[in-house]
Amino acid sequence: MTTAYALSDTSVMITRCMRRSLRDPEAFFTALMLPVVLMLLFVYIFGGDLNTGGKYVDYVVPGLIVLCAGFGAGTTAVVVATDMSSGIVDRFRSMPIHASSVLAGHIVASLARNLLATALVIAVGLGVGWRPTDSPVRWLAAVAMIVAFILAMSWLAAAFGLLVGSPEAATGATFVLMFIPYLSTAFVPARTLPAVLRPIAANQPFTPVIETMRGLWMGRTSTGASVGHEALLAAGYCAAILIVAVVAASRLYTRRTAA
Amino acid sequence: MAYTVKAEGVRKSFGGAGKGGKVVLDGVDLAVETGSIFALLGPNGAGKTTLVRILATLIRPDAGTATVAGHDLLGDPVGVRRSISLTGQYAAVDDMLTGDENLRMMARLLHLRPREAAARSAELLAEFGLADASDRRVKAYSGGMRRRLDLAISMIVRPALLFLDEPTTGLDPRSREQLWGTVRKLSDEGVTVLLTTQYLAEADVLADRIAMLDRGRIVAEGSADELKSSLRGEVVRLQFADQADYKRALREVIAIGADERLRTVEVGTDGSAAAVYRLLGLLQAAGAPAARVSVDRPSLDDVFLNLTDGSRTDGSRTDEIASAR
Repeated sequence: MTTAYALSDTSVMITRCMRRSLRDPEAFFTALMLPVVLMLLFVYIFGGDLNTGGKYVDYVVPGLIVLCAGFGAGTTAVVVATDMSSGIVDRFRSMPIHASSVLAGHIVASLARNLLATALVIAVGLGVGWRPTDSPVRWLAAVAMIVAFILAMSWLAAAFGLLVGSPEAATGATFVLMFIPYLSTAFVPARTLPAVLRPIAANQPFTPVIETMRGLWMGRTSTGASVGHEALLAAGYCAAILIVAVVAASRLYTRRTAA
Repeated sequence: MAYTVKAEGVRKSFGGAGKGGKVVLDGVDLAVETGSIFALLGPNGAGKTTLVRILATLIRPDAGTATVAGHDLLGDPVGVRRSISLTGQYAAVDDMLTGDENLRMMARLLHLRPREAAARSAELLAEFGLADASDRRVKAYSGGMRRRLDLAISMIVRPALLFLDEPTTGLDPRSREQLWGTVRKLSDEGVTVLLTTQYLAEADVLADRIAMLDRGRIVAEGSADELKSSLRGEVVRLQFADQADYKRALREVIAIGADERLRTVEVGTDGSAAAVYRLLGLLQAAGAPAARVSVDRPSLDDVFLNLTDGSRTDGSRTDEIASAR
């Protein structure tokens, strides 16, 4: 009975968040324009002179997916912070609804938004000459990697949005999350970076996520490590971020209720 | 007598419960009779909203006990949540959804089946005069419409207790009147209402009982009439024909108020005809006959200002109202 209620509450919250996403045309348009613009920018403007051992579009697609996911997570942080500062969440809190239902609505909407952006990156990539593997198994694995990464980032963003509480402060998350990919192997291989930045790029969580996708789609990573090794590392990072973020978000939601 | 809210010794400090914290509620007792409209009246920062948020289980008190709709506040918060409905200072509605979507969403969260939710939404939209706006997004609603939608949401399942936290703040006078009507109607249907307000007129018009809250303490409680008569004295306002009379009169009586430009002098009395007669006779004898006389009962404003005046919270102004010498 209680489980049935929890499920029904969650589905109501998901519907709510999806509707809100679809009715914010500005944010929606930005989220969809970004992948297209970035793809054209990197492939045609910067990419001409970047030495990545092949066509640049073949290199850059996973990087752009992660960059767009970073932007999407920033949006999620702002959306959550906005929602928490609105009167309606007070009403939800004074009703017998479980915290996880309210957060689940945001996470599912965030996943949907980000997967749409990812699909767009892939579609535009294919349009401008990206030629990845045609193995369904590898594709499935790459998509699983994306979903895991976006899920972890969405929870992290939700926790951040809850922590800062104001939409203005939450926009800071967008900036940070869109900046981190530049210090990874997203756009250029680590070996071409200045010596100071190389260890950072090689050892931050975005790199194995990007390299896993790159390895699955193109058959080789830019770091020289095997796909299996990068995937294991990426899965570990995602799981760790996910656990920390879920615990933090749930606590923050309850604490903001009790404060 | 049955009470829907009974609270004793409720305390709350913010920023650390110790000496460094700011005491917002300093031992509040409250009893709200079932079926009544009870107003918490007080200036900004008096602790009204904090008290409501505590009784609605949104905040935990530092100390004190309370029973809300038969459920213990700390022991059974879920039971409390099931019996109450809260309407905050800012209408708790979703801007991006339509009125109908808002109502259906809330109805679903209250575990009505989808079909029941749709039917209840249509019913409430009609009842609260929002049927024409049901498919418009709430963003486009006026302030009064938002509050009405907010109240409609509160009534999806009729609560035992309805909290209204400053329900008319920011509304124009017409919307305010409308909302008062709605609140009265809900009360007639048997809903107990606990409202907070900084408007004396609102408490005067709506509430069966009023508690005045100032700096975390209840400084007075009673019906509007009881509170007004707690000042006892009534005020006689005298106007004089010219400045000379005005000045002479000022020397003869102890004025509690005077306006040189209008040539008016205010004198406190016990409200009896004899006292007014005596006062007028005295002025006549002193060669300062009053040209005009009016007698005012103190308004709730006077009670309020008297009780919440920073330097005098003990109601001592009553003693200062002296009769004619």
